[in-house]
Order: sequence, then C-alpha cells, then structure tokens
Amino acid sequence: MHRLLKARPGQKMLLLGNEAIARGAIEAGVAVATTYPGTPSSEISMNFFQISLETDLYFEYSTNEKVALEVAAATANCGVRSICVMKHVGLNVAADALLTLAYVGVKGGLVIVTADDPFMFSSQNEQDNRYYAKLAGLPLLEPSSAQEAKDMVAYAFDLSEKLQEPVIFRTTTRINHSTETVITGEIQAPQPLGNYTKDPFNHVPIPAVARKLHARLLNRLKEAEEISETSAYNISAGNGRWGIVCNSVSYKYVLDAVTDLNMGGKTKLLRIGFSHPLPKALLKDFLKGCEKVLVVEEGEPYMEEALKAFAQEEGLTLPIKGKSEELFSRLYEFNPAIVRQCLATYFDVAYTAPAVLDLSDLPEIPQRPPTLCAGCSHRATFYVVKKAAEDMETICPTDIGCYTLGFLPPLSMGDFLICMGSSVGTSCGFSKVTNKKVIAFIGDSTFFHSGIPALINAVFNNHNFTLVILDNGTTAMTGHQPNPGVDMKALNLEGYGHVSIEAIVRAAGVSQVAAIRPYRVKKSIATAKEALNYKGVSVIISQEPCTLYAKSLKKLRGKPFFVSEKCKNHKDCINALACPAFFIQNKRVKIDPTLCGGCTVCAQICPENAILPLKQET
Amino acid sequence: MKTTRLIIVAVGGQGNLLASKVIGEAALLSGIPVGMSEIHGMAQRGGVVESAIVFGDAQSNIIADGEADVVVGFEPLETLRALNKCNADTIVITSLAPLSPSTATTGSCPYPELKKLQAIIRAKTAKLIAFDAAALAAQTGNVLAVNMVLLGALIQTGTIPLTVDNVKKAITIISKKAFAASNLAAFELGFYAAKTSC
Repeated sequence: MHRLLKARPGQKMLLLGNEAIARGAIEAGVAVATTYPGTPSSEISMNFFQISLETDLYFEYSTNEKVALEVAAATANCGVRSICVMKHVGLNVAADALLTLAYVGVKGGLVIVTADDPFMFSSQNEQDNRYYAKLAGLPLLEPSSAQEAKDMVAYAFDLSEKLQEPVIFRTTTRINHSTETVITGEIQAPQPLGNYTKDPFNHVPIPAVARKLHARLLNRLKEAEEISETSAYNISAGNGRWGIVCNSVSYKYVLDAVTDLNMGGKTKLLRIGFSHPLPKALLKDFLKGCEKVLVVEEGEPYMEEALKAFAQEEGLTLPIKGKSEELFSRLYEFNPAIVRQCLATYFDVAYTAPAVLDLSDLPEIPQRPPTLCAGCSHRATFYVVKKAAEDMETICPTDIGCYTLGFLPPLSMGDFLICMGSSVGTSCGFSKVTNKKVIAFIGDSTFFHSGIPALINAVFNNHNFTLVILDNGTTAMTGHQPNPGVDMKALNLEGYGHVSIEAIVRAAGVSQVAAIRPYRVKKSIATAKEALNYKGVSVIISQEPCTLYAKSLKKLRGKPFFVSEKCKNHKDCINALACPAFFIQNKRVKIDPTLCGGCTVCAQICPENAILPLKQET
Repeated sequence: MKTTRLIIVAVGGQGNLLASKVIGEAALLSGIPVGMSEIHGMAQRGGVVESAIVFGDAQSNIIADGEADVVVGFEPLETLRALNKCNADTIVITSLAPLSPSTATTGSCPYPELKKLQAIIRAKTAKLIAFDAAALAAQTGNVLAVNMVLLGALIQTGTIPLTVDNVKKAITIISKKAFAASNLAAFELGFYAAKTSC
C-alpha cells in the first residue's frame, strides 16, 4: 500500500511538502487529479499517479495545463472534488480556461495548485502567481509549512464548495521541497461519480450570460473577503507597535529573526495565509495599532501595495515598507539572514551580522553545470544535426526539457527559447525575416503540450524550417512521466491509448518527414542533410529512449567502451561530445565504465577507431 | 532546544537525498524537531545537490551563508564550494574521492589539488575530517554507500543531536532490504574513519 494511504490518522511522519499536499487532498476525499508535470510541483502528481493505481482516484497526466484544468473544471462541475496541479508557468498556459472558469464557477470543490519557483531553481522565470488570483477574482491560499499545506488542502476544498469557485493554492519551492514532521488526519472516502445538471444560462458565457456571471463573481469575491477576515489561516501574534506582515515561507524566517533579535515584545505579527481577497478590515485594524510596518514577502510587492492602498483609505500615514533598495529585493528567494538583517535595519535594532569567511584567496573552482547524461540520445541527435548543418548558417530555436542543455558548448545547439512549444512558433518568425537555416528542437512531451498548433501554422503559412522532434519516449526532465507518445502497455499499464508523432506530423500536412536513430551516426547525418535541404517545413523525428529511463527500467543493453592504445589524443570525442563519461588521466582520455552506457557515438566518430567495447580488452 | 544547522553537498546521484532521509527519520525516532530543504530539479543531470537540515527550535529550513555548524561534502570540490556556508567554528567532513566536472575534464578550469584544497578548508574552519569515502564504500561491496560512510563520520563527531542507535535504526527503515547490511557496514567504517583521521 502507498505510504500516504497507509498512514493512520494522528500518525507523525516526515513528509515532503509535495507529499503533504497529496495526503491533504486524499484526506479531503479528492476523486479526480489532473496535471502536466513541472518542477517544483511534480512529486504531488507522482504520488497521485501511484495512489490512483490502488484506489478509485482518477488521475491523469494531461497533454498540457490548459487541458488539465478543463478536465478538472468539468469534473468539479459534476460535483466531484478535483485537484489540478502545475508549476507556476503552467498557469499561464491554463490562464484562458482559468479566467472564464471564474465566471462559470464550480459545484464540487476544485483546487488549483500552482508551484512558484523564486530563484528559478528549475524554471525560466520567477513570476509571482498571486496576481493570477487577483486577475481572475479567485480565492488564494498560501501555506507556510508542510503541516499547514496538508491541512489547508481540505480547507481549500471546503472553501471552493462554499463559494462555488475554484481556489488557487500557491506554494513556492521551499514549501514543495521541504521535509517536515506532519501529523496525518482522517481520510474521507472519495465520491468519484458525479452528476451534471444542464444550466446553459449559467454555464455558457455568451456576452449576456457573462455580464451576469461577472457580477456574480464579484459578489462571491465579497463573500470570500468576509471569510478571509476571520480565517484561522490569517494568524496574528504580539502586541507591539512594530508591525510585520508576511506570508508563505517568509513566516518562518520572520519567527526566527524576531527570536534572534530578541524583539518579540515590540512586534506585532500578521501571517497572511488567505491572501486573496485580503482581509481588508483585519489589515486596517492591524495598521492602526502600528507605528511602522514591514512587509516580508518573496517576489512582488503584492501585499505591500494593498496595505499602502488600505492605509490611504483610512488616512493613515505610518511608514509601510517592503521592497526597496535598502530592504527586500523583488529578485530571488529570501533566507533567514536576509530577513534578520532587514528587520534589524528597518526597526533600528542593534545587530551585527555574524562574520563570514574571507574567501577571496580561494582558487578558481570549476563549475559543475548540469549536463546531458552519459550516453544521452539528445547528445547524439545534436551532434548528428550539427554535422549535417556544418556548411549552413543556422538559427536553432530550442524548447523546454533536458535537451535545453544542448545549448551549452561544445554542442551549442540552442539559440532562442521563451516557453513550452516556442521552438516551433518562433521558427516561423526567424525563417521569415532572415536568410539563415532555421532548425528547431522540441521534445516529444513538449511537442504534444504545445508544439502541434505552431506546426500546423507553419504548414498553413508556408514557413521554411526543419523541426527536430527528440522522441526519447518519456517526459524525462521532470522525472519520467508518460506522454501520449509512450507505449503504456510496455510499462504494464492498461487503459491508455497511444498517439503516433509521425502520424500527427503527416496529418498536419508536413510531407518531408524522416525518422532517425541518432546512435547510428553516419546514416542519421545523411538523412538529416536531406531534411535540412528541403525548402518548406521538414520534420526529423529522432527516436531513441532516454538512457536514464532505460537504465531504471533495466532495458539498457549497451556495454561500456574504453579508449584503447590506438588513441592519438585528437580528443574529438571530448571536444565534440563532452559526454560526462570521459575524463582525463595523465593527459590521456579515459572512459568511466560505470557511467558509459555503450551508445557507441564516440566510437563512431573517433578518427583512429580507438574506442572499443570493454570486453575486447579482457 | 539549541539549533544545529547541517549542510550536505554532493553531486547528483551520490545519494545525498537518501542520507537526508535517514537523518530525518532518526530525528523523528529521537523526538528531535527537524526541518529539511532540498533542491531537486536538475539533480539527476550531474549538477550539485544541496540539502539543508536544521535541528532544534529554529523554524527555518534553509541555512544562510556562513551559518552552518557542520558541512558534509560527498565530493571534495563541492565541499570547497560550500565554504560560503561555513564560519570559523564550522566542522567540515569531506570525502577525498573527486568526481571531476566536465569543465575540469575538458581542461578549461583545472580541478584543485586535493592537498591544497584540504589546507584551505582546514585554515578557515574549526576542524576538517577528510578521507576517501569511496574507497571505504567499495570495501563494503557497495560503491554507492558513500553516503552512509559519511553519515557514520558525521555521527561520530557528535555535532548533531542523534544517537548511533537511532541512526542505525533509521538506516534499516529507509534502506532497500538488499542494501541494509552494506549500508550499516558503511556507516561503521565511516564512524571509525572519523575517529582516526583528524
């Protein structure tokens, strides 16, 4: 039995924030969970997926976040408790659905989890998704710990059903990826079967209906504000005149800083957990009791701006600060030292920061950038395409996945990226206004996510580029989730369909379609050349399983190679491929047999044929 | 309860997260408040994986620069890189088995000499315990047990509030059955190495 199901009520267990959220949803009787994977949210869905194999929970990896939200919007409108999980930028994809779903509302509880990523540990931006709640007019909850994250999910479902609106549940990486002691609660049995009552004059937002629905949304927002005023998730403490307003993980840093600076007697703390609509009356009361106020929130000055507006309404002139040159930054994440220092500065408390080590005399430390794995099929594809294009001036729009790392030297195949699917759409633009050969790279899962409409656009508008689809048979970057191109039967999972990438590409009207096996270097280069020389839209589908995934499924068949005495130290292998299995010992190239998966690409490009299967040595 | 702050740095794939799990489980068994924070994401792509583990009354799960009481490095270069987390009172434990990053392999920036690396850490911190954890792991027949070797060394120093018994119990709970015995053996080897290698 899954460990999140096995835990008895009242059991103390160490849970990752993401596990706590999954358990919270199970305790709340969630019956439907949908997602598109994305760090730092992925473990929530991974747990739902595993749990769905042994319970009545319906779980799906949807093709993208918009679809995931639409599925959950429907199930929730049938009265079934549903959760939809995504990373912060996923909500951009789902935004079209979100903003009108707020008008249409829900019947059963719908919780939308958005995992924000301050500091961009694994994201392309650090947008603050609290503004989505404001934009859509939806309630917003933000936990500060794993325990609270678990408990708050059940609260979110109840709130959603009370207001008949989806609730946005916002976390940050430090909530998702922190492990803490959590006390579990009772599990409510899910009600997986729903009932849809037709109600077109509330469910089909033609203008006349939408005008009515927008007014209803504003009324619901008012009701939400009243609930926020008395919500137990807006916690206040202390009777001092120095006000501190904070949210999310900053709450912990504030608690520690107040203790460390020994200023507890002077402060008054308000932790906002129900942060849209903000509890206006509560905050105004809070301001009235303060001499000055510091707002501690990562990201944008969301609460700070609201507090300043509330103060204006009340004619209050006390200083309210948060983001400024000398205090908090809008950039990156906070830590206990930053918060301690800002509290000391703002409230003028004596504090000497602990001495840090002088590291100016350290030798240069080689960076350890993440790299494509040893034997990664993407490395082979990049090498093949680069070779095939060596006489061309190229622009290579890339996309989101492990293969984004192909932009690093020596492969250097990746010039432009903005979001999921952008490789294909931007190729249309690049090829229109330049004379360069445009070669786009997209992974299989990303192609299904948002590459397809742009490919159809390219055919319809007669664009001129080559799209390379890196089909490694999984969504590798986020931890090997399936996608519609994966043969689920091979994983012993029943009840799935299978979508052929090639069939889709052909159906989109692309006539020049070639498939390559990138580990067959020479043949692949010849095939790629043909596709690159085609005028119009051509597609290369590069098929080779993710080596890491193959290894974990024990399907990796290759045997390690070694560099024999024939090596004349050209170092083409290292300079062209930079596979992490290579290392230099006494100025000679060596291969780490524990890393080498036997892809043979280096052996095929060695001018001396010096790289041989290891067994020949012994 | 006094707050103790521990940082573990490693290269993706070295088992840092499993070591953290064992420590967390041992703290749970001991009834000691613990909070941990990890950065996953690119871990499997050979990047750096850092865990912060905070014992005691502090609420925060992350550790600011200069505020670690103990730093355990599974790889010497990463230990050196983590010096920014140390102060003059920090105790540092490191393996001496290098995993050369691609930037050093291709020669653009050389891997620092191990003797010099140790001298730097020793000069700037309270104490350095350094030995080849990979060699000790190999002795147990499980080359992946580097994490348990270093865990043994960490517990030997007495710098974190966990008992040998509870950590061993946690190793048994967390380890896959096939690895429990070799993990315990690795823990013992690391414990002994720390005793004798200052």
